[in-house]
Amino acid sequence: MVDAIVFIVSAIIILGGAVGVIFNQNPVHAALSLIASFFGVAVLFILQEVHFLALVQVVVYGGAVVVLFLFVIMLLGVEEIERFDDEPIPGQRAAALIGSVLLLGVILAGLFLSGPGGNRGAVALTGKPSQMVPLTTDPNVVQLANDLFTRNVFAFEATGLLLTIATVGAVVLVKNRGGEDLVVDEPGTSVR
Amino acid sequence: MEVTTTWYLVLSAVLFALGSFGLLVRRNPLVMFMCVELMLNAVNISFVAFSRSLRDLAGQTAVFFVLVVAAAEVVVGLSIVVALLRRNPTATVDDFAEMKG
Amino acid sequence: MGGHPFLADGVDFGDVILAVVLALVALVLTLVMTMLMVWFERKVVGRLQNRIGPNVAGPFGLLQTMADGMKLLFKEDLIPAKADKVLFVLAPFLAVVPAFLTFTVVPIAGDFSNGGSGSSTLPGFLGSREFLWQVADVPIGILFFLAMSSLAVYGIVLAGYGSGSKYPLISSVRATAQAISYEAALGLSLAAVFLVSGALSTNQIVLNQVAEGYGGFNFTRWNVVTTGLIPFIVFLIAATAELNRPPFDLVEAEQELVGGFHTEYSSFRFALFFLAEFMNTVTMGGIIVTLFFGGPSGPQLLPLGAFMGFIWFFLKLMVFLFIFVWFRATLPRVRYDQLMDLGWKVLIPISLAWLLMLGGLQLVRSGDLSFVDSTSADLVIVIALGLAIGLLGYAMLNAAIRTSRSERLAEEGLKLIAPKSQDSESLAGHQTGTTQGGH
Repeated sequence: MVDAIVFIVSAIIILGGAVGVIFNQNPVHAALSLIASFFGVAVLFILQEVHFLALVQVVVYGGAVVVLFLFVIMLLGVEEIERFDDEPIPGQRAAALIGSVLLLGVILAGLFLSGPGGNRGAVALTGKPSQMVPLTTDPNVVQLANDLFTRNVFAFEATGLLLTIATVGAVVLVKNRGGEDLVVDEPGTSVR
Repeated sequence: MEVTTTWYLVLSAVLFALGSFGLLVRRNPLVMFMCVELMLNAVNISFVAFSRSLRDLAGQTAVFFVLVVAAAEVVVGLSIVVALLRRNPTATVDDFAEMKG
Repeated sequence: MGGHPFLADGVDFGDVILAVVLALVALVLTLVMTMLMVWFERKVVGRLQNRIGPNVAGPFGLLQTMADGMKLLFKEDLIPAKADKVLFVLAPFLAVVPAFLTFTVVPIAGDFSNGGSGSSTLPGFLGSREFLWQVADVPIGILFFLAMSSLAVYGIVLAGYGSGSKYPLISSVRATAQAISYEAALGLSLAAVFLVSGALSTNQIVLNQVAEGYGGFNFTRWNVVTTGLIPFIVFLIAATAELNRPPFDLVEAEQELVGGFHTEYSSFRFALFFLAEFMNTVTMGGIIVTLFFGGPSGPQLLPLGAFMGFIWFFLKLMVFLFIFVWFRATLPRVRYDQLMDLGWKVLIPISLAWLLMLGGLQLVRSGDLSFVDSTSADLVIVIALGLAIGLLGYAMLNAAIRTSRSERLAEEGLKLIAPKSQDSESLAGHQTGTTQGGH
């Protein structure tokens, strides 16, 4: 019962946040709605006892990703209101709506339709999944760490490499050649 | 009422569709980025839900990697956006068609 | 699905009452401590500057904070015309909530001596429940602190943006960059604590710092010793920066930015920011005590049971609150580039290297890694290897910094004076406006 209430409240926050991202004309408000959505997802993770990922979700998305978004918005002074009344490509919004609804329909159909042998949903499409790493009663962090540092150790190292490359790439991309430098103490002025 | 895996999957599907709709509709590159993040989160929800229902840790490991890759993606993506918006602060994605042959 | 103890059907009314009471006690305690902290800071800063400090309201001026709070509440509540109303109203609350939430995972009392687990039992007529002297002992306790401290920046950022005014906006941009930079150093020094404790829950971290003998007290078990001091120093510096306290208070540098992010705030909303700032300081002190100094553990000098733990916690906390105030009264504010240099070029590399070394030592101790037969010789080898790798890394980092500086100088048409002596190096630094950043 409590589960259901927590789920419904966080689902409302998640979807409300998502709608806020799409329909807020001001990017700063959109970023705030995004936080609400991320937070709801973190609550759902905790509801499923995936504590570590929930907290990583908050730290990475709430603490880093959205703060970076806000930093870029404010530094560049690009918080202009996006105008919704002109449509660059005629009929594009209607097409997008139809496309998204169709996408939702396909996913839901994949979930609920019965397959051969009375199999339901995803199982009907992909076959019964084989269990790779069974969950145990150990704390969530311990299990995840064991899996990351044994079975997935090369993938883990590769993500480390990926992050390094991304950092170097970001520095190279933002490094200004010949132009004015971005000055933290003059937000929004260096581009105007 | 018990919260079953189906609840999570439906929520995930709706969130994914919303994200894709936003991605197609919005013109501000930053907001489009946010919509991509929404879609990634939708996938994360279903990963964790499957991980719980199948009693399999692989789903959670996948979420971990999604989070790391999302962070890297945001770093590179935002620096591209910064590089582009510095030239034209009011630019929308429609203005970035210079590479079109 | 959902086997959380609180969500299972086994929750009875008493558990709920206990949780509510603990939360209320924590709330009242933080508010009182915050109030006293404001007084303490003003008094100590006054003394350090050869003044007396508040001394009129109440004994020793103790009620000064109350008086100021009342004054603020009765002031006019202004919302600037150009402000983003929603964000402007929301921001103060976003600042206060994470400040309080962090306090919920700090163990503030409990008897840890003689094998005690820090838990106490309610008297029989209340259901003889066992409980810990903290609002929640979440399994990922200290990560929760990290999450909340990363959310704390939103209050400042949104206040600055929502004010719709120039100086607060600058303050916001500074706050975001500062928060992201120092979050990494904070997390890395936390990781050293996890590595040594092997636990994330705050109660478990405190328990790991309690020795078996000596009446439960042996300060060599404290994490500040077992992690080798460096993580603690990094944590202290990064925490000061996360709190936006001097010398890292660029966010509200009053000589440059008027009031920084709260320039446009008045009345109750300003009071909330003020409250959040000092509450964060108290909480951060509590976190440092928990992580590195054994939390409420200590010998039972007086037979007070769990309350003796509170006395120990409070004494340890006072030391760090005094250090924070001392920083404020003594150190001049760093420049923006110095702030970034310190974070990225000093704190993060040091804590990364230290984490690697601790990992190596941990492997040797567990017996999974051995070069020669004796463990102590292995430890020496690992330390030597660690130092060698660290020095190599430092040399490479230094070379990279030098190269980039000379390239930048070349772009600006200046010639770098080859940094042979200390003098010429600092001269080169002065010419470009860059600094040595603590090298």
